[in-house]
Amino acid sequence: MRPSCFSYTRASDTREALDAARRGGRYIAGGTTLVDLMRETVERPESLIDISGLPLREVRATEGGGLRIGALVRMAEAAAHPKARALYPVIAESLELSASAQLRNMATIGGNIMQRTRCTYFRDVTADCNKREPGSGCAALKGHNRTHAILGTSDACVATHPSDVSVAFAALEATVHLLGPDGERRVPFADFLLRPGSTPHREQAIRQGELITAVEIPALPRPLKSGYLKVRDRQSYEFALTSAAVALHVRHGVIREAKVAAGGVGTVPWKLTTVERHLVGERPSAALWAAAADKAADGAQPLQYNRFKPELLKRTVERQLRVVGGMK
Amino acid sequence: MSSESVSAVPPPAEPDDPSSAPTRRTFIATTTAVGGVAVAGGVVGGSFLVGSEEAAAAAPPASRVSLRVNGARRTVTVDNRTSLLDLLREHFGLTGSKKGCNAGACGACTVLVDGQRHNACLTLAVRLEGAEVTTIEGLADGDELHPLQQAFIDEDAFQCGYCTPGQIMSGVGCIKEGHTDSPEEIREWMSGNICRCGCYVKIVRAVEQTAGRK
Ligand SMILES: Cc1cc2nc3c(=O)[nH]c(=O)nc-3n(C[C@H](O)[C@H](O)[C@H](O)COP(=O)(O)OP(=O)(O)OC[C@H]3O[C@@H](n4cnc5c(N)ncnc54)[C@H](O)[C@@H]3O)c2cc1C
Ligand code: SF4
Ligand code: FES
Ligand code: FES
Repeated sequence: MRPSCFSYTRASDTREALDAARRGGRYIAGGTTLVDLMRETVERPESLIDISGLPLREVRATEGGGLRIGALVRMAEAAAHPKARALYPVIAESLELSASAQLRNMATIGGNIMQRTRCTYFRDVTADCNKREPGSGCAALKGHNRTHAILGTSDACVATHPSDVSVAFAALEATVHLLGPDGERRVPFADFLLRPGSTPHREQAIRQGELITAVEIPALPRPLKSGYLKVRDRQSYEFALTSAAVALHVRHGVIREAKVAAGGVGTVPWKLTTVERHLVGERPSAALWAAAADKAADGAQPLQYNRFKPELLKRTVERQLRVVGGMK
Repeated sequence: MSSESVSAVPPPAEPDDPSSAPTRRTFIATTTAVGGVAVAGGVVGGSFLVGSEEAAAAAPPASRVSLRVNGARRTVTVDNRTSLLDLLREHFGLTGSKKGCNAGACGACTVLVDGQRHNACLTLAVRLEGAEVTTIEGLADGDELHPLQQAFIDEDAFQCGYCTPGQIMSGVGCIKEGHTDSPEEIREWMSGNICRCGCYVKIVRAVEQTAGRK
């Protein structure tokens, strides 16, 4: 399909970008979500603001020992960054298991957390979809819903959030830095991506015209071991059926901090608080990993074609706890 | 090399628009050059002019952009909706880069933008001011094939050849990025290029062979 017409401007600084956005423009970063959806006519912006020239391309360690990733850092750059690799392997791994090398060279961190669902009905403008067209219904509820969510769903929408690095950000309790006409604000990652409820078309807690400037990961006690496991229909270049981001801090043989989240299963990246609570204060063991992972699918509501997901999710979490925490 | 061309570019031709359907002749010309080694020259004209009446009625927003393609400077005014892939294929006549999915999901359109492999189908041409684009047509050094082009021939790493230009451009990127330490690593870092004919084993071998030579 041919996209609808749009005007195009290049912003040379953040002020210019915000001004253009106030006049109704839409930011374009790597363009790998937006151009794709414009071609499907799912997105029809009338004016694009190219933000790729803005100085938001730095990865740096914060004073406390956390990490700040600029919104325009490419996925490939973030994954290869020595600080990211050293401090949070789970971030580098989740990025390297995303999309393809070409897409990672183009796509940005800000765009990644803003990416839209891969639900096929959402992408097909002839299908009913509450997210695309509020009130039209949800074709996935009784349709092909094998890849859809089992957690955080509503009667209005059961689509997953497809981002991998967002699962790592959710696990590590990152913060999204935003810049708007009224200045800066920070939103905890857990509040940034919204569950569908009765308003699935509202996906992020971002206000009209606001610009993401960075994602910040807080410092965590060291030593910290972390990693990402992604389970999918083919070995590479595919979205997750299930995934698990795990970070563990073990001292004197006891787990002091556990950060765990799952992907491919929730309408937003799914923080596994119950699993985390089960781990903290305990000694690593195969039995502990199994018992904790057994809680990963609590509250799951499978659909007709994804009844396999709760069990797959538990096994994914258990395996990644073993990989990161050791067999013992 | 410094050939320069300045031209105005009509709205993008889309395959679902019957007026822009490639003729049998252009299709054959597109697919016979193995790995796109043959260089198609000049700007493709009339047959790709689509919706010209519609365009005249309400000119869609267009922008001027200046970029280098295979070393040659090109200044064009493009409809803002034009992808880099359509600019190359339909306006510059560089049909080596292929359109498989037009959605970032196959890699057939892979080119280098400022030395990095990108999907040309998801790249808006208007964004490429000052960029340096290398396509399969620009890879050989005169009559001498790029080592990876030669390796694809030596290893017989294709059947129909449709994915091949994208595979080769992606392979050049992969080697440059240094992700060639093992066949497994090459497979993972080349996974953005689908081969419907299933030539993966030989593609990996060609990349491995070329990387090993450096
Ligand atoms: C074939 C394919 C496979 C993929 N596989 C995966 C995968 O396995 N895992 C995965 O995680 N992702 C995957 N993706 C998605 C990909 O990672 C995203 O498309 C990409 O990260 C989006 O980033 P971008 O910079 O290209 O965003 P854009 O397309 O430029 O923008 C996306 C949205 O974000 C907004 N935006 C961008 N930057 C900002 C900012 N700084 N402030 C405010 N708003 C902003 C834009 O306005 C737009 O609405 C895949 C994509 C494709 C096409
Ligand atoms: S699951 Fe959500 S995105 Fe998919 S069709 Fe239903 S409402 Fe639309
Ligand atoms: S045509 Fe660009 S990735 Fe398929
Ligand atoms: S050679 Fe036919 S698709 Fe790869």
